[in-house]
Amino acid sequence: MAKFDWNETKRQITDSQAWQSIFRHGYEDTPRNRILMVSGNVWLHLHPSKVQKHTVRLRFTWCMGGITFLLFLVTVITGVYLMFYYRPTAEYAYADMKYLEFDMPFGMLMRNMHRWAAHGMVIAVWLHMFRVFMTGSYKPPREFNWVVGVILLVLTLLLSFTGYLLPWDQLSIWAVTVGSNMARATPLLGHGGPFHEVLGVNPVYDARAFIFGGAEIGPHTLLRFYILHCIFFPLIASIFMAVHFWRIRRDGMSGPL
Amino acid sequence: MASPEGNEGGIVMRAAGAGAGSASRTPPAAPGKRIEVPIKKAGGGVEEKLHTWPFLVRNEFLMTLLVIIVLTVWSLLLNAPLEQPSNPTRTPNPSKAPWYFLGLQEMLVFFDPWYAGVVLPSFIIVGLMLIPYLDINPKGNGYYTLKERFFEIMSFFIGFHILWVSFIIIGTFFRGPGWNWFWPGQVWDPHLVEALTNVDLPYMFGFRDYLASALFGLFLIGGYFVVGYAVLYFWIRARPAGDPWSAFPGGGPEILEKWGPVRFGITGFLLIAMAGVFIKMALRHALNIKYILVTPWINI
Ligand code: HEM
Repeated sequence: MAKFDWNETKRQITDSQAWQSIFRHGYEDTPRNRILMVSGNVWLHLHPSKVQKHTVRLRFTWCMGGITFLLFLVTVITGVYLMFYYRPTAEYAYADMKYLEFDMPFGMLMRNMHRWAAHGMVIAVWLHMFRVFMTGSYKPPREFNWVVGVILLVLTLLLSFTGYLLPWDQLSIWAVTVGSNMARATPLLGHGGPFHEVLGVNPVYDARAFIFGGAEIGPHTLLRFYILHCIFFPLIASIFMAVHFWRIRRDGMSGPL
Repeated sequence: MASPEGNEGGIVMRAAGAGAGSASRTPPAAPGKRIEVPIKKAGGGVEEKLHTWPFLVRNEFLMTLLVIIVLTVWSLLLNAPLEQPSNPTRTPNPSKAPWYFLGLQEMLVFFDPWYAGVVLPSFIIVGLMLIPYLDINPKGNGYYTLKERFFEIMSFFIGFHILWVSFIIIGTFFRGPGWNWFWPGQVWDPHLVEALTNVDLPYMFGFRDYLASALFGLFLIGGYFVVGYAVLYFWIRARPAGDPWSAFPGGGPEILEKWGPVRFGITGFLLIAMAGVFIKMALRHALNIKYILVTPWINI
């Protein structure tokens, strides 16, 4: 039997048609490969192939935009797991949380990670905004990306807020009641707000009823928040993130002259 | 070049700074279309550049690893809360909104819900979005500086750190049953009674007639804005010329001229409304004032 030659086998694999169709370049540390590494990869291609020195420093970005995005991804992955076991109806929602915690493999861990990542995302997005403000990175030509950022901030809060209701326990319904009571007080559009007579809104037909899907918080609200939380807001947030990232790529990172 | 002053080579710099992707970007609009402030482009082309792979990707990877590890350990140690099943007939006392909204809930102590919960947050969101358009100071774009942007940073600090973050901390840790103030560790006594001796400001001044007190309130609020605008205007105009940190060597008059009445008006409104929150808080705490303006429809 011929002696096994590792290098020869390796060469055969990397020269094969299958390998070459997937990996376009070798791994020698050459400037060309460094650039191909980024420009040839759909995910890494979000970056330019070269960046200014300061943008790599933690001191400049605090890494907070990236961490916000990472935590968003964590909630997406863990959220899918939670969706397998959760039914958004008043009869089942709370019991499903209990089953998830005690009967499902890694259920508690997934729930914890989902929740803490969501809270972390709110904190990270605030720190990110603070950093962008402190470096004055909203100044021309990046004004509009700041506006997109504020929309993302609002979406982050809405994502977190709609998720808060889903465990359907005392904490969630009352926190959401308090939060949504604001809608009741909307001028003109809320039945508890100033000038509500003008449009004739009432408890079953006003801004809060629009959010709740009825006069009171109830099963209809649960379903509504579930759909907003799992489909609508993640979708919208992804779209705005795409815009956000694309504009960073086009304008380049801000930096000192 | 788009703007006559100080933007020499701006487009070249943009191309150099923004990576391969933006080299082909068209230059900004013709003169006169944009605000006449020098626009600072990313990077200067002077700075040494690094390959994204491995330098940036490595940092991102390490940071990802760190965040995932911290999050996992945290999640192993601390369980997400799950209380009793929901019961619409049992209202917990206190009922707190999610923590990131507690700053607004705290505002309910000082304002009616339509203002604290609807108008004020709208001002916050719109105000945040407008920041890049209101702030025409070209300095401090892309680096940390306090001296060149002192006023901007102070405004943000007051609005964000004091009005938002510190009120969240108060709402989370210092508010108990009845939204009364409890120190951490203090027993939450649900029967604690705090005397509510609040009076309306016009009442305090001896107004007993509805119309007269409403007019008085309107006068006060209108006067507050007039005075606020005047203070802001004269304060800015008095900025000295030749300040080495300022982008406007002409001092106050030059700032006002470049800023223009629309930006001045909007910025002034937002700042005065923000200061109003502090004033209302002070009036409530020091003098137990409930409302300044009392009408059958709205109270402030
Ligand atoms: C879901 C929320 C958000 C995500 C995932 C996100 C992500 C990012 C990332 C990854 C960057 C690259 C630089 C960095 O890491 O700091 C960035 C830059 C930027 N972000 Fe965000 N961001 C979010 C929200 C915001 C908010 C709330 C604002 C402002 C109100 C904002 C304004 C900006 C601006 C102006 C830049 C360019 C910074 C520069 O060129 O130096 N973003 N964002």
